[in-house]
Amino acid sequence: MNPQLPIAAGGPVIPSFGGSGKAYACERANGLFCWHWFSQNWGSVLWPALRQHVVLTLIAVAAGFAISTALALIAHRHRWVERPVTAVTAILYTIPSLAMFELLEPIPGFGLSRTTAEVALVSYTLLIMFRNTLTGLRGVPAEVRDAAAGMGMSPRQILVRVELPLALPAIVAGLRIATVTVIALATIAALVDDSGLGVPILTAINNDVFKTELISAGLLAVLLALFADGLLVLLNRYLTPWSRARLA
Amino acid sequence: MNDFVQAFQFIGRDGQILGGPPVPTLVHLSLETLKIAGIAMVISLLIAIPIGLWLGHIHRGSFVAINLGNVWRALPSLAVLAIGVAILGLGLDNVLLALVVLAVPPIITNAYVAVDQIDPELVDAARGMGMTGWQILRKVELPLGVPLVMAGVRTAALFVVSTTTISALTGYSGTLGDIINNETSYHLSGVLGAAICIAALALLVEALLAGVQRAMTPRGLRVTRAAAPEGSLAPAVAEPA
Repeated sequence: MNPQLPIAAGGPVIPSFGGSGKAYACERANGLFCWHWFSQNWGSVLWPALRQHVVLTLIAVAAGFAISTALALIAHRHRWVERPVTAVTAILYTIPSLAMFELLEPIPGFGLSRTTAEVALVSYTLLIMFRNTLTGLRGVPAEVRDAAAGMGMSPRQILVRVELPLALPAIVAGLRIATVTVIALATIAALVDDSGLGVPILTAINNDVFKTELISAGLLAVLLALFADGLLVLLNRYLTPWSRARLA
Repeated sequence: MNDFVQAFQFIGRDGQILGGPPVPTLVHLSLETLKIAGIAMVISLLIAIPIGLWLGHIHRGSFVAINLGNVWRALPSLAVLAIGVAILGLGLDNVLLALVVLAVPPIITNAYVAVDQIDPELVDAARGMGMTGWQILRKVELPLGVPLVMAGVRTAALFVVSTTTISALTGYSGTLGDIINNETSYHLSGVLGAAICIAALALLVEALLAGVQRAMTPRGLRVTRAAAPEGSLAPAVAEPA
């Protein structure tokens, strides 16, 4: 940072390393990881941040899933839709998150709010899920589609009973990438919305680089992403029992 | 919308604050950002490309190479930077380490798949012509794998550029992220101007690397490239940071 300028975020440095007793020795020394701090602040700092992070992620992924699935279904029917949608979502995808959050801020109705955070997060899920869903739908063999039509199914029945189930692995794969991406980017959303695991990270940085808080919040974010990824793998197995049967 | 106009005026002033003390110019900060990203990319390429190509060449270690890409997706860059700061302290070392940690996996995964998925008959033909393993890698596998190898490099480069700016949040100064992290001095217009510069920088890097990829792809592959479904082979989709 430029020396002439005051440091912006977080304001003055307030060491919150606790009291003077022996119990706080680790915090005062700014040890790498103080269990004492962790257990004392789990309920008041870390757990709420983790919960907010999950909520931020769920909203963004759900909204992104709805939008991109709708777009993919349209593009599945009308081929020409694919190009413009891909072009726009690819540009959104390329914009670095730090810039994205700030670019949305001055738009009326956005500002420093949950809306800004969610819109930015959703914008990153679109390309991944749109492309995966569309690839999955197009990957359905023509013979299968013909057979379904031969059985007298209407186009809508073919979509719901044949194409979508067969595209599920690709759809869930897109969901996986989108989810872990959103979990990662939601830490940066703390810049515009005061929630999620990014908050303790930024607090710790502005608090004389308080290591315990950095490591606990950072690790929680990583673990959350790995957990969500694992959960979606299980979901995929549950939803597509036939792919397991084929392996056996 | 007035903020957007002022943001472009801020860019026009090369990042100076009206009536304020002289501050590092936008050009300087952009070049610094590119420099740090560049150093991190060079280190990552030196580590990841040989490993990825070699694993692909001997068709071993698919488990490691593929899962590396999966675990990598789950690494939030701000969290990696934060943990790095806690362990190494503030400074360029920490930022570079975090950037390399984040850039190596997608390059390895893509380089591995690029070589591993090449038609075995082509490799057999090359061997039948008397090529050594090294020659096969250099003259057959590498040229054919260029699109996928470069897909990984592009993913990593974009990621590194944006993470370099995020490093400002963890206290490392000297990049465009400084402005975004200092709204009190730069006001919203300055922050917005810097955000526009970062976005432009990312698009520029992406375009540049797309050009490099085009130049490196053998002429025979360029024709069929358009016919191939885009990104259908790439295991690791580009990741925003």
